Amino acid sequence: MHIGIDLGSRTIKVAAFRDGVLVDQQLVESGFDPYGQAMALIGKYDSGRIVATGYGRHLAAEHFAHEVITEIKAHALGARHFYPECRTIVDIGGQDSKVISLGENGRVVNFQMNDKCAAGTGRFLEIMAASLGFRLDEFGAAALESSAEVGINSMCTVFAESEVISMKNRGLPVKDIAMGVHLSVVNRLVGMLNRMGYGEQVIFSGGVARNPCIVRLLEDRLEKATVLTPSEPDLVGAMGAALYAAEN
Amino acid sequence: MLPVVAVVPVVAAVVDVNLTQEENNMSSKNFEVKAYPEMWAELDMDVPRFDKARQMLGEVYGKMYLSQVNRPEKMAYFDNMVSEIFGGRIKEMLEVKKTGKPIVGTFCVYIPEEIVVAAGGVCVGLCGGSAGSIPDAEKILPRNICPMVKSAYGFKAGRICPYFQTVDFVYGETTCDAKKKTWEILDRLVPTYVMEIPQMKKARDRALWIEEVKDFKAKVEEVCNKEVSSFDLAGAIKVINNKRKALQRLTALRAASPAPISGKDALLIEQIAFYDEPVRFAEKVNALCDELEERVVAGEGVIGVEAPRIMVSGTPMALPNWKIHNLLETAGAVVVNEESCIGTRYFKDLIDEQQTEMDRQLDALTDRYMQIDCSCFTPNDERVEQVLKEYRSSKAQGILHYSLQFCHTYNIEEIKIREMCEKEGIPYLSIETDYSPEDVGQLQTRIEAFLEQIRG
Ligand code: SF4
Ligand code: SF4
Repeated sequence: MHIGIDLGSRTIKVAAFRDGVLVDQQLVESGFDPYGQAMALIGKYDSGRIVATGYGRHLAAEHFAHEVITEIKAHALGARHFYPECRTIVDIGGQDSKVISLGENGRVVNFQMNDKCAAGTGRFLEIMAASLGFRLDEFGAAALESSAEVGINSMCTVFAESEVISMKNRGLPVKDIAMGVHLSVVNRLVGMLNRMGYGEQVIFSGGVARNPCIVRLLEDRLEKATVLTPSEPDLVGAMGAALYAAEN
Repeated sequence: MLPVVAVVPVVAAVVDVNLTQEENNMSSKNFEVKAYPEMWAELDMDVPRFDKARQMLGEVYGKMYLSQVNRPEKMAYFDNMVSEIFGGRIKEMLEVKKTGKPIVGTFCVYIPEEIVVAAGGVCVGLCGGSAGSIPDAEKILPRNICPMVKSAYGFKAGRICPYFQTVDFVYGETTCDAKKKTWEILDRLVPTYVMEIPQMKKARDRALWIEEVKDFKAKVEEVCNKEVSSFDLAGAIKVINNKRKALQRLTALRAASPAPISGKDALLIEQIAFYDEPVRFAEKVNALCDELEERVVAGEGVIGVEAPRIMVSGTPMALPNWKIHNLLETAGAVVVNEESCIGTRYFKDLIDEQQTEMDRQLDALTDRYMQIDCSCFTPNDERVEQVLKEYRSSKAQGILHYSLQFCHTYNIEEIKIREMCEKEGIPYLSIETDYSPEDVGQLQTRIEAFLEQIRG
């Protein structure tokens, strides 16, 4: 058995492969005791080689993982498994967003991560959804009902939130403001992609890839590229780690 | 366990001795930065608060430095320089001061220390590398300026740096805006003079520069009431050239694989270069280099040949800023070069020693200083070439560009360094950060991913 565990800031993901075939997958909230959660998830398997990735990777290595790789490498391996030709990966998780460029052979040649703040991450969308009165899973669909181009100018989450509140108070329709929030995330991302360059296929992973509005806007704004979302976008990192366990 | 000092914060001298011993027992490595509370009190320092900083520095140093394996034996001298950073070295400087010689504080490698040394004085770098003094600075300075400037200002404002308390005056410069405007505010706390450093390197800029060097010389002479002779200056030029040569030798040895010394240790030595007595310092660096030469011949290193070799390029890392080196080396890399003012930019150029007449000497001195390739100049393309040159000579496998937050000139010049790396196919990572620990997790991920990229 080859097990990959991705200890992210908000959720823990596990993927298990046997003889190159995905045989199990799990996803839980990190909660207050990520280590305990991880142990419980791993406890399900009798034996196997475990590779950890994500923010908690070193903690895992101290206790149970055999090796660690970064999220960057894990996403590269995971994405390539499903899309053997891909050269560009966009990953938006709870606390960070990253763009990874791969060489022809699949090796990481360049990557960028957002700086110290939540803007452009899942957390940003969550905060904005809450202040507009949406559940996170309905936020994207709600925004898609708007055809307006409302701009949110603040890059900082705190300022953006007050900007959103003042728009609400000015009486702007919430769906339009929601669209503006999504646009600000995508514009930021497209900026990163343009700076780095991107391939014909852009693989979109991480929890935010479940948001239909972000996906649509990203497709619209990336000329000459197809945006592809794996069926389990949150699991790409864990799968990459499991594949690494199998290879090494 | 909480350190005792947190419970008994204000009683000075007597308690300190106990604390010192306590710490000795608590620290697994038995390392401590020595306390000199009476001397600090005489220097009008905030003794209780400073003593906490002293203890913390000792703890951090013990953890980051003394836990390293395969360290060269001759690092002992530099360990001791850290241990005596707030004591022994200050005592020496006060001895010099008693004789009426100038003690000058500076913030930039453009200020010619040769002139201070020629006057028999001491030139000390006051750049701040600690987050601890930033809250003091932010009481008055804006938050969104370079942490090095804030840290340095905070050390003076909080009276928590014995070097700052010892200097006769500070000689600033007009390099970046953050520094240039801070001098006006700093002048309220300590006499602060400013050298006008031009922004370009044309003939008329050089003419101005020489005048500024002469003004600096006059100010130094004013303190000791004695004119600097060309004989004195020739001697000082030799002394500082020798110090720079010793550092060049150390840098050359780091090109060996396996690397004979860690990047952290080398950075520390480059930092100590800004406060140690220059003749002794050069001697000790050379003694260390002798040991490193033996290591290289024997094929011994601090870490195996498989460790990725990284060159760091960018803004200076002032003591005790070891953040990036520590992250890189904890992740299994070895740093082999610092293209920085606390690094090669400080010692790559020497002054022509052939001149015997004052005006010619000052010409030669100015010519040397004008070769420093700081991003505050425009254009500054020679730095891009220099980075590539050092990348090759250090046999590095990747470049990490380091820019302090809000340092516009380095942050913008980073574009050219990145383009050069892309063109040359050099693995490259650019980091912009300050002294706070909050981004360490993310930096660790980026650095580890960078090393994965190099390892393939
Ligand atoms: S980076 Fe520029 S301004 Fe700063 S110390 Fe170096 S030369 Fe001076
Ligand atoms: S690092 Fe940049 S902003 Fe900071 S003092 Fe040096 S030149 Fe100025």
